[in-house]
Amino acid sequence: MPTEAAELVFDEATKVYEGREGAAVDHLSLTVPAGEICVLVGPSGGGKTTALKLVNRLIPLTSGYIRIDGTQIGDYDVTELRRSIGYVIQQVGLFPHMTIEGNIGTVPKLLGWPRQRVRERVGELLELVGLDPVNDRKRYPAELSGGQRQRVGLARALAANPPLMLMDEPFGAIDPIVRARLQDEFLRLQRELRKTVLFVTHDIDEAIKVGDRIAILRQGGRLAQYDTPEQILEHPVDDFVADFVGRDRALKALALKTLGDLELAPAASADSLPRLPADTSLRDALSVLIDEHRDAVLVTDAAGSPLGVATRKQMIG
Amino acid sequence: MTGFRVADGGGPVIPNFGHGTACLRNNGWFCPEWVRDHWGDILQPALVQHIELTLIAVSVGFAISFLLALVGFRWRLLDPPLGAFTDVLYTIPSIALFQLLVPLTGLTVTTIEIALVSYTFFVLYRNMVAGLRGVPAEVLESARGMGLTRLQTFFRVELPLAAPAILAGVRVAVVATISVATVAAFVIYYGLGGPIFDALQQPDIFRTELVAAGGLAILLALTADGLLALLQRAVTPWNRVR
Repeated sequence: MPTEAAELVFDEATKVYEGREGAAVDHLSLTVPAGEICVLVGPSGGGKTTALKLVNRLIPLTSGYIRIDGTQIGDYDVTELRRSIGYVIQQVGLFPHMTIEGNIGTVPKLLGWPRQRVRERVGELLELVGLDPVNDRKRYPAELSGGQRQRVGLARALAANPPLMLMDEPFGAIDPIVRARLQDEFLRLQRELRKTVLFVTHDIDEAIKVGDRIAILRQGGRLAQYDTPEQILEHPVDDFVADFVGRDRALKALALKTLGDLELAPAASADSLPRLPADTSLRDALSVLIDEHRDAVLVTDAAGSPLGVATRKQMIG
Repeated sequence: MTGFRVADGGGPVIPNFGHGTACLRNNGWFCPEWVRDHWGDILQPALVQHIELTLIAVSVGFAISFLLALVGFRWRLLDPPLGAFTDVLYTIPSIALFQLLVPLTGLTVTTIEIALVSYTFFVLYRNMVAGLRGVPAEVLESARGMGLTRLQTFFRVELPLAAPAILAGVRVAVVATISVATVAAFVIYYGLGGPIFDALQQPDIFRTELVAAGGLAILLALTADGLLALLQRAVTPWNRVR
């Protein structure tokens, strides 16, 4: 398998558990372009996790196909397939008896990398996920906080530089503040690494935040809509999707755009306006306007110099 | 096996109540001079035999229990019957078991070892299976998802994580075996049970010999337990950080 990001294709992928009525995943067809994050989201019973585990064959397909870079997953040796896919789960599942270094180095060692290269790679990854490459290396999982453990989980999944990552509610068990930080860091990493990522969550806000595309699954594992976050928020295909994204979907859509995306009017006589940096989301900007009873803000660059004026009307579109 | 005496044969050194020191004449609880005089011919050989009995019983018991545990772990359905089998063995009173075995294997060390080994199964088997089963589901799932084979998962994940439970079982087995092995003197004069039985058979009970041999058995058990506790700590460094 290549180490460059790989395209992931579900082609009528179906899973029916023996002795259970109805399918868990029902003729799922979607394509995740190489280097993009696809979020599977939906209510419980929607088959999100099942769909994810079909990819690394932790759960066998009943019918249909899944292809990675054009090759059917069934054509790979199962061990080789799993070693070349990064796998992150909610409970992390670090090996408690191994140091952080041992945990992160597991797959490279199985792949027969020389010891020195494994050591270097571990240091590189610890730095990448924001841990101390010297002091944290020899610690055991029990010594880390939940957030740190999940960082190690991410580093371990990235260790052998896999072209595809499967992430099953990776930030689900972490408190909201740390979760937001980990999401931001994950997105920063992704801009650098450009992996193909299949990401499962039940949290629509997380889906909107991290997804390049979102696949909404309904009961019985049927795909309701597969689109960009903007499209899903602005044009939900049916009541199920509209309900699932919530009545505040218009506000959520505002959260996806920043002041910098607007066409700003020249900043004449704008001295008394509230000043906000260009990377402020429209949702936050609007909140400031409501709070301060104003109709416009002065948009500034990162250094604080004025760029122009954005009005309430522009923001609401 | 040669060099050990049979209880009803030559007999151990019987103290001469009339000619010993005041302590011995009064049958004191602990007369150091007797211990000094008979360390070489009674106590030390008995101690060495006792250690030997225990080491062999626990090693053989460990090997057999491990095989049984692998079966009970791999085939879940076989776990209850195997567990019940070790239970039943453990419930047989030791003296009765020795008597049952004598017609088959005679008045030999083998008889003692068979009984001692069968007593270790109970605690070793249970702890091994519990330890292997106790590995958290998410750890196994990540191992599988990362592409560890079944064997790699067993040797790199399940077995090391079961080690604390297995070693806890070994500690209990060793201490219990040291204790039960004293009863082996019912079959032959062997181990620390030999001098203890002799002491009990004296008219009036020879107290010094009883205390010396019994005390050695206790010290041996405590020492073995302490050493195993250290070993347990050494092989499970990850358990110390909690």
